[in-house]
Amino acid sequence: MAYSEKVLDHYENPRNVGVIDDDLSVGTGMVGAPACGDVMRLQIKVNSDGIIEDAKFKTYGCGSAIASSSLVTEWVKGKSLDEAAGIKNTHIAEELALPPVKIHCSVLAEDAIAAAIDNYRSKHQ
Amino acid sequence: MSNIKLPIYLDYSATTPIDPRVAAKMAECLTIEGNFGNPASRSHSFGWTAEAAVDLARQQVADLVNADHREIVWTSGATESDNLAIKGAAHFYRKKGNHIITLKTEHKAVLDTCRQLEREGFTVTYLDPQENGLLDMEALKAATTDQTILISIMHVNNEIGVIQDIAAIGEFARANRIIFHVDAAQSTGKVEIDLQTLQVDLMSFCAHKTYGPKGVGALYVRRKPRVRLEAQMHGGGHERGMRSGTLATHQIVGMGEAFRIAKEEMATENERIRMMRDRLYNGLKDMEEVYVNGDLEHRIAGNLNISFNFVEGESLIMALRDLAVSSGSACTSASLEPSYVLRALGRNDELAHSSIRFTIGRFTTVEEIDYTVDLVRAAVEKLRGLSPLWDMYKDGVDLNSVEWVAH
Ligand SMILES: Cc1ncc(COP(=O)(O)O)c(C=O)c1O
Repeated sequence: MAYSEKVLDHYENPRNVGVIDDDLSVGTGMVGAPACGDVMRLQIKVNSDGIIEDAKFKTYGCGSAIASSSLVTEWVKGKSLDEAAGIKNTHIAEELALPPVKIHCSVLAEDAIAAAIDNYRSKHQ
Repeated sequence: MSNIKLPIYLDYSATTPIDPRVAAKMAECLTIEGNFGNPASRSHSFGWTAEAAVDLARQQVADLVNADHREIVWTSGATESDNLAIKGAAHFYRKKGNHIITLKTEHKAVLDTCRQLEREGFTVTYLDPQENGLLDMEALKAATTDQTILISIMHVNNEIGVIQDIAAIGEFARANRIIFHVDAAQSTGKVEIDLQTLQVDLMSFCAHKTYGPKGVGALYVRRKPRVRLEAQMHGGGHERGMRSGTLATHQIVGMGEAFRIAKEEMATENERIRMMRDRLYNGLKDMEEVYVNGDLEHRIAGNLNISFNFVEGESLIMALRDLAVSSGSACTSASLEPSYVLRALGRNDELAHSSIRFTIGRFTTVEEIDYTVDLVRAAVEKLRGLSPLWDMYKDGVDLNSVEWVAH
């Protein structure tokens, strides 16, 4: 399988890999399943102005899944929760030039953002 | 690392390069200056010389497996040999019974041929191997009925390299008057084969896993006790009517020379290859959560099939771009399909996906093995550093107890 340069770049040098210690300012989303070949964990840290000031990920999956999650950690930083929720899989797939068989990786990344936001909001009801 | 050429070829079970000595012999059978005649031409020396070359090759193939040259039928490869053996025997003996027994870990050339016979009305039992990949003799005995006419069990498995006990299976088959076919595509030059003592009736070979050319193979058809086949390819009546078609002299000569070399060098070669396989395995086995797939004892020297838990297979292959290896997952489609062989051993999907088959051969060097060890270790460590599953495992979370949000 041929990978786009951007996928290779994120795969070779993934951005924001890691774990944020959990507290009230943190939202964690974990999506996917090992049996399906990909699991993403995305964490966001939200400041008092409601802006995502940090994001970290870990991903078990193919190069496109790793690249998709790496990319969204870059994109969500500096955004409000509503703005982050506006990131769609089509944006991700387009940016990374994902082939059709890898679109599900971008869908998973979108799901991961939604799951992290949900988790954060559930702590602040 | 200076003189290592990348990528490193560690996929000798997929195919081998042709040995230069073999290529030289083949090249002599092509042009006007060479031995280009049709071996079936009776009326001139071009035909006679070509026939002599084919006869020599037939003897060389027979010699490697201790058979009579009259028991060797040329084909286009192991796929055709499997088809001719299984369909040929089933069709010929269908009045005796309609039941065939095989193993779930056979090559597709056997499994899909059996599927076709099912569509023609035969009944096929696909036995589960044991966890180590080996056939359970008791299961074979239990599956056998008075309708069983054919047992087809491979000698060496192409993915995990395990060696089946074809002597014991043959003894059982002969005692019960059942035809026994063995796919030996992966075993020539790797395991001793003595068809004078083995009670095997039909055996499939190909040249391209033993440093010969692709596109040529042979089927051993036993003469005593005689085994009959219905031809699958009709025409000029070549190969005693069992397989028509003009013989490809250069291909056949290549297979003969490749098998001659295999017989001569097998013992020393296997020792060298085993040393490198063990070096590879020893370089990797102290890592956490690595699993060898298939029995390590009953296994050819050149195969290491190993799963790296908590690492996804396709990303591993990507990280190992400098190695030409095979992966247990067919990652060309959106729905990852794990290897049916590893599934049949009872491996879960994750372990099947994260498996790598390293197959070592004649031209592998110790430097390449050392380079491979470093590369694989670095790749697995990097990907585990990225893996949330690895974190969970390290935190003592049982991944089976997690409710995954499948998509
Ligand atoms: C066990 C086994 N059987 C059959 C085949 C098919 O051989 P060929 O490519 O010569 O048709 C192979 C190789 O792919 C094999 O490994």
